[in-house]
Amino acid sequence: MKIVVLVKHVPDAQFDRHLSGEGHTTDRDESILSELDEYALEAALQLAEARGGAKAGNKVIALSMGPAGAVNAIKKSLQIGATEGVHLTDGALAGSDAAATSLALAAAVRHLGADTPVDLVLTGMASTDGETSLVPAQLAERLGLPQVTFASSLEVDGGRVTARRDADTHSETVEASLPAVVSVTDQINEPRYPNFKGIIAAKRKSITTLSLADIGVASSQVGHTGSWTRVTAAEERPPRTAGTIITDEGDAGIQLVDFLAAQKLL
Amino acid sequence: MANVLVFIDNPGQALKKSSLELLTIARSLGETAVAVNGELSDDVAGTLGAYGAAAVFRPSAADLDDYLVAPKAAFLAAVADKAGATTVLLENSPEGKEIAARLGIRLSAGVITDVVAVDADGTAHKSVLAGSYTTTAKATTPVTVLSVKANTVEPQPATAPGAPETLTVDVPAEATAAAARITSREQKVASGRPDLTDARIVVAGGRGLDGDFGPVEELADALGAAVGASRAATDAGWISHDAQVGQTGKTVSPQLYISAGISGAIQQKAGMQTAKVIVAVNKDAESPVFEIADFGIVGDLFQVLPQATEEIKKRKA
Repeated sequence: MKIVVLVKHVPDAQFDRHLSGEGHTTDRDESILSELDEYALEAALQLAEARGGAKAGNKVIALSMGPAGAVNAIKKSLQIGATEGVHLTDGALAGSDAAATSLALAAAVRHLGADTPVDLVLTGMASTDGETSLVPAQLAERLGLPQVTFASSLEVDGGRVTARRDADTHSETVEASLPAVVSVTDQINEPRYPNFKGIIAAKRKSITTLSLADIGVASSQVGHTGSWTRVTAAEERPPRTAGTIITDEGDAGIQLVDFLAAQKLL
Repeated sequence: MANVLVFIDNPGQALKKSSLELLTIARSLGETAVAVNGELSDDVAGTLGAYGAAAVFRPSAADLDDYLVAPKAAFLAAVADKAGATTVLLENSPEGKEIAARLGIRLSAGVITDVVAVDADGTAHKSVLAGSYTTTAKATTPVTVLSVKANTVEPQPATAPGAPETLTVDVPAEATAAAARITSREQKVASGRPDLTDARIVVAGGRGLDGDFGPVEELADALGAAVGASRAATDAGWISHDAQVGQTGKTVSPQLYISAGISGAIQQKAGMQTAKVIVAVNKDAESPVFEIADFGIVGDLFQVLPQATEEIKKRKA
């Protein structure tokens, strides 16, 4: 099987995150592999291992689009167990919205499938920076593939993928033929950590760098010019400040209700 | 005047409040058409008229619910073309956002999600990076697709109700070919509580509950609130994953958020810091949640919550 896993280098939510510049884009200092992408990578590794792993020709390609620093998300993916890494990077990509991002990623997936076809594209349920969940669906639409989103379990057998999905009001089983785009939730598995062996092995794995020219995309189709939305203003919300803090002396529940009544929340 | 299209998926016997909100916003932007998937009862058709819909479009196929998203997006794209829509409004559910996503590609239209307000010129307002920024965004394309969060406007019927004509639009034949098929579906047992994402009040519990969500559920029921949970509580299996509030769970923006036995690590804060009023109950006075709480109680939640529940019941009686 040939599986492409989309991995994103995102600002660590443990620190304050900032928007800056004319396009109000996210600062990418203190960035890490998006936590939600680790579940997609783990799902890919499990599918590959169940089929005999890399020795049996199974490939798990970690693909990241982003500036120079995004290579760290790929390196971490290789340490965890991806077989190869692909870094789509080009100055013109900066500021791409979901539509432009999906255009570039679709072209990259087609490029990676030029010799042997890609069976599965796996992604996290959302990025932890933009959090729109638009890219998997837009990628599927652009590639003309079925999308199976928010999978909480996943099986691949005989050219078909079967997944469980949990919504608030119901659970469902869905089925699609391969190739397909599948996004997974944080319920699907327990991602593994890189171990010493994995870290050493990663040093021998290759990372291919692709530019827009390599995948046949014009600069004007991506970045601010190619995006279909524009952020026109951004304002930092003033930080919340602490209000009244009391220590319970036996009547805190009553005081809580008094507070709610005063706020007209009862 | 711009043509606005509102998508309502399976309205059932009565329109949800969030659908009425979309119709109210649509009227402020232009002439409204509605695309409805599934049954269209006389009552619902009447309400659509009362909210100013000039036309109601229905799909030629009845099986769109058997597939994930793609055929609904194809149907909606066909309607948008026919109606000459320049703005399409959808609800901000996970499925609504994905239909918006695919529709955007089909119409070469900019998509903006998590919208909380729309100006007359189509500029959308939203909050990003877990509520730490508010932004305005605009599509640069002839058509704009917006998914709008619930509880953003008060539903208002039109001053001049209409009698919308109903039209059928063909679902493109290729729409189901490359779509995932839903092979089985099980309804979950309804809790009777409001939906977490849309609720006006949320009572959430965490590690401090030590496995017992009883006090949280009882307070929630006294307040007519939804029940939420921290990741620690859902990971421990004390409550269903659906209840998780936070960066990897749901983002909520209620009038009141009561946090019980949750320390308030940044991932939890990310899911709830746009709540209007935050109340926190925790034994540990050093918990970060107290830095953002409007009213904080350092105390034992097993004492404080039941006392508050009793007091609310007494006052409401």
